[in-house]
Amino acid sequence: MRYHRPTSIGDAVAIAQDASGTCRFLAGGTDVLVQLRADLVTPDDLIDIKHLPGMRDISRAGDGWRIGAAVTGAEMSENADLKREWPGVVEAMDLVGSTQIQGRATLTGNLCNASPAADSVPAMVAADATVTIAGPGGERTVPVAEIPVSPGRTSLQKGEVITAVNLPARAARSADAYLRFIPRTEMDIAVVGCGINLTLDGDTITHARASLGAVAPTVLLVDAIADALIGSTLGDAALDAAAAAASAACNPIDDKRGTIEFRTRVAGVLTKRAAKIAYERARGQS
Amino acid sequence: MAFDEVKTEGFKQVGTRPRRPDGVDKVTGRAKFGADAYAPGMLHAAIVRSPHAHARILSIDTSRAKALKGVKAVVTRADFAEGLTGDDWDVLENVMAGDKALYDGHAVAAVAATSALIARDAAKLIEVEYEVLAHVTDVDAAMADGAPVIRDGAADSSVPAGLHPNVVRYHESGHGDVHAGFGEADLVIEESFRTEAAHQGYIEPHACLAQLGPDGKGELWCCTQGHFHVQKLCAKMLGMEASNLRVTASEIGGGFGGKTTVFIEPVALALSRKTSRPVKLVMSRSEVFRATGPTSSTSMDVKIGMKKDGTITACQGVFRLQGGAFPGAPMEFTAMCAFAPYDVKNVHQIGYDVMTNRPKQAAYRAPGSPMAAFATESVLDMLCNQLGLDPLDVRLKNAAKEGSKASYGPRYERIGLVETLEAAREHAHYSAPLGSDQGRGVSCGFWFNHGGETSVTLALSEDGTAALSVGTPDIGGSRASMCLMAAEELGIPYDNVRTTIADTATLGYNEVSHGSRVTYASGLATIRAARDAVQKLCARAAAKWGIDEDAVIWEDGCAKPSGPNAGEFDPLPIAEITAEMGSTGGPIVGHFEATPEGAGVSFATHIVDAEVDKETGATKVVRYTVVQDAGKAIHPTYVEGQYQGGAAQGIGWALNEEYIYGDDGRLQNAVFLDYRIPVASDLPMIDTVIVEVPNPGHPYGVRGVGETSICPPLAAIANAVSNAAGVRMRHLPMSPPRILKALDGD
Amino acid sequence: MSMIHVSTTVNGDEVDFVCDPRETLLDVLRDRLALTGAKEGCGTGDCGACSVMVDDRLVCSCLMLGAEAEGKSIATVEGLAKGEDLHPLQEKFIEHAALQCGICTPGILVATKALLDKNPDPTETEVRYWLAGNLCRCTGYDKIIRAVMDTAADLRKAS
Repeated sequence: MRYHRPTSIGDAVAIAQDASGTCRFLAGGTDVLVQLRADLVTPDDLIDIKHLPGMRDISRAGDGWRIGAAVTGAEMSENADLKREWPGVVEAMDLVGSTQIQGRATLTGNLCNASPAADSVPAMVAADATVTIAGPGGERTVPVAEIPVSPGRTSLQKGEVITAVNLPARAARSADAYLRFIPRTEMDIAVVGCGINLTLDGDTITHARASLGAVAPTVLLVDAIADALIGSTLGDAALDAAAAAASAACNPIDDKRGTIEFRTRVAGVLTKRAAKIAYERARGQS
Repeated sequence: MAFDEVKTEGFKQVGTRPRRPDGVDKVTGRAKFGADAYAPGMLHAAIVRSPHAHARILSIDTSRAKALKGVKAVVTRADFAEGLTGDDWDVLENVMAGDKALYDGHAVAAVAATSALIARDAAKLIEVEYEVLAHVTDVDAAMADGAPVIRDGAADSSVPAGLHPNVVRYHESGHGDVHAGFGEADLVIEESFRTEAAHQGYIEPHACLAQLGPDGKGELWCCTQGHFHVQKLCAKMLGMEASNLRVTASEIGGGFGGKTTVFIEPVALALSRKTSRPVKLVMSRSEVFRATGPTSSTSMDVKIGMKKDGTITACQGVFRLQGGAFPGAPMEFTAMCAFAPYDVKNVHQIGYDVMTNRPKQAAYRAPGSPMAAFATESVLDMLCNQLGLDPLDVRLKNAAKEGSKASYGPRYERIGLVETLEAAREHAHYSAPLGSDQGRGVSCGFWFNHGGETSVTLALSEDGTAALSVGTPDIGGSRASMCLMAAEELGIPYDNVRTTIADTATLGYNEVSHGSRVTYASGLATIRAARDAVQKLCARAAAKWGIDEDAVIWEDGCAKPSGPNAGEFDPLPIAEITAEMGSTGGPIVGHFEATPEGAGVSFATHIVDAEVDKETGATKVVRYTVVQDAGKAIHPTYVEGQYQGGAAQGIGWALNEEYIYGDDGRLQNAVFLDYRIPVASDLPMIDTVIVEVPNPGHPYGVRGVGETSICPPLAAIANAVSNAAGVRMRHLPMSPPRILKALDGD
Repeated sequence: MSMIHVSTTVNGDEVDFVCDPRETLLDVLRDRLALTGAKEGCGTGDCGACSVMVDDRLVCSCLMLGAEAEGKSIATVEGLAKGEDLHPLQEKFIEHAALQCGICTPGILVATKALLDKNPDPTETEVRYWLAGNLCRCTGYDKIIRAVMDTAADLRKAS
């Protein structure tokens, strides 16, 4: 394995483009090093990008946010403004691993690991987040939902690297929430995850995005949940319809972490609970 | 103090809570654990393991590995002794596969190289050709007709004819007439239960540093619960004399029974012998899960009859335990412990030891007993619920006492079950109101405890301080207890005793730190060794004073005349005697070597409140109380620690910990991420009540406390969860999917 | 395999080492710098026994490459005591018997110090969640939590 410490994003892209074997970028390293230790993946080239300009910055981008690729979960949780505007995204990232993991793990890494159970991804999808990608052909911006294509695989092309996650401007009376189910209180991979992002007019939901994790090969954007919620004041009928839509959208597997039956059912339960949290948060926003 | 005297009150130091002598080492990072040893010229080793659950090994090609720069040696089964039999053969076969790989993770070869990374790379270059065979990992499936045979001829003579060859041992015991007993009952309930395999989950992976030269003399450093046992096993496997191998126990980062045998130590020695260089071998966490011993998984049927007034009329149980690919599942303990807390006229229990394609089970804290309690105490809870009886009243009504005939045969000496039940009933927890979606469960638990071969030396220094050498590794603060007992006997300050875990060349044989035996047996030996030293101190004083030895007593660290008739002499402090010992007869050393057999059984009663989220099946333990008989708590803080630790491990086993095998026979969850032991945020504070009913078999009344604490939790939590959910949980762990399924009516 | 030269600071001392690019910071601390206080319990960031501080941030040293230590400031359990004086947490852990086998203790002490430096008045729940990545198999956490709460109370009184 060759460890690279390029001096610019351009150099990083060039190294990745020239790499002949397995190439990985090191943002937080909490997945790359686990795979290395377990002999699952030993990259031929490992490109450290943490020290590059902008990689560690959380900054305003218009009324939205730009979160550099190497910003850690802990740094996100410590940013009060970000947390106030995007509590669901921040809490989703905060659920990834322990305090120690939070000191290293990143949104971008969580996304690029392409696990269907990644906690931050449903929250980012519900938030309608995009990523900025640097590559041999220059820079492009892509919705988060388009990055994972199957478990462990992304749509990124050879030589491409995500440099930032972009969150849109937070509208008035809107908020997000993320919930996951795990058997313990901490340290587990989501058995089901659900991100909900709502905008209200008065008490009526006018806009909604909903996303499910760990119930299909990739994180799902579920319009049917949103449709069930829009136009409602989150009464029981709307919640039941949203839960049913969530369960209907599931296409899970049986594995060591949960059964098809369990995931399908709990997806509905979490959808209701996350919607309630997002709704209360949105009502509390001016 | 006479040599055999039993002392149960008037302690000056025993029962206090001093700082542990190795405390500073452990909080500064200075303590040296298994992987913390290094030697000049040291090589690093790695092991090649089978990816198959059951496969014939057709060939092993080591040529590519040996060609890698930095690789110094490769070993396979051919590098170990031949001709071993019985348990010794089993242990060697588990350490390094012979003709067949018997489980996913079974070692088939090992390599030593100049760095750990090179060793790992080399291991990947060793090419093993397998013929994959049919496998079985489930206990009931392994007993069924047509199941793949793990090893023909492994069964012993206890097994009745007609059973599958995978059934390798059989146990049957009891007394009375259970048929008649069930006839006397007003209500009989029979239920079937299952528990999954749980790993001890010690945080320190197995590690060792071995050195074996061409002179046949070896040194081994390893984390183990019993270095004398390691010495014996390794010597056999390497074909060397035991006394030529000196084994030193490192500090040990948890064991819970799982470090009572060898896995990597013979391999490191074999590699060292081939290279004449020190070899370090450290397991990865996934190796620990795949290749060291978890506990057995079980399938159990229990039937209990009860009268309306709560009297138990008969108990019957069938206990099937798989112990991996070797005989040894502790099914007789499961059978013998199942009904041990209760005085029942009619009992009958059967046990089956079944082989499967899993790693060889290893002892885990009261091996076999927690599962038994789960089955029995669940049925008792169902009986109490149906008959409208209080669960603690019913247990008190049937509780075994001194003189009761135990379900496994003998009559009990003085025991403390009734006292734990009474203390539990009086505890505020038992009458506290429950919140919504919460349920309460109680359970009793029993463990035999153990004595075992023990050897201790107590050497006095010229300044009157004491060097105590014991041979039982300190796994949870036992040095503090030993220092307390020695100081109590000698009448010197606690800080004037230093306890060392001596290596195998320094002391007589000591059985493993298991069976809750350390504070009992090494403690008894320490007291006796101290009394031996005291007799010698008294003799020196007698000689100095020119009076009879019998006329000298030992009090508060001084020799004194026994009374006015003995003569008028000022008390002679220990330091004055030891200061002159070179010229009064030589060094003063106390010894004790024996196999104490009065370990004294122990009982516990646990109370637990659990809250169940009926929409997701998530469970939270919200309150937990342990009440247990310690006989005599030498260092109460560490007794509490044992109670809390056992409860916490039980909570993990009851709720989320399990070995999960895929259809391919491979372990699916060989990492802490997916083998879910409790984390700090999962648990409440764990309240403890120490009951002290002295054990007549120990000079201070000590009973072992380490194991009994894990016996009640599985049942107590299952009862709490069942009562909260309104549905009986029969399968552990009670993971959320299992709870939701049960709520749906299975 | 070409080795990488790294200059870093460990417990205030300037340190240079060379390492293979695959070596973790934990490997380097233990095998090259003889600082064996940090332990490998899992190698996958699940147990916290290897916890150290890197530039004042709590991390698992098994999930960081040795090569990444270039220019960083690293603090390990070996730096907790000042000369003969134990850190108050170390004193309280001994006093409360907040350890049995002691293998998790270095990581828990480093993690707990990080918590108290950031939050001198944590609730029991906050302590439990902060330490969720530090597995202890012996104690059931009870005495650990008590030791942490007691230390925090003492430190608040002293300040």
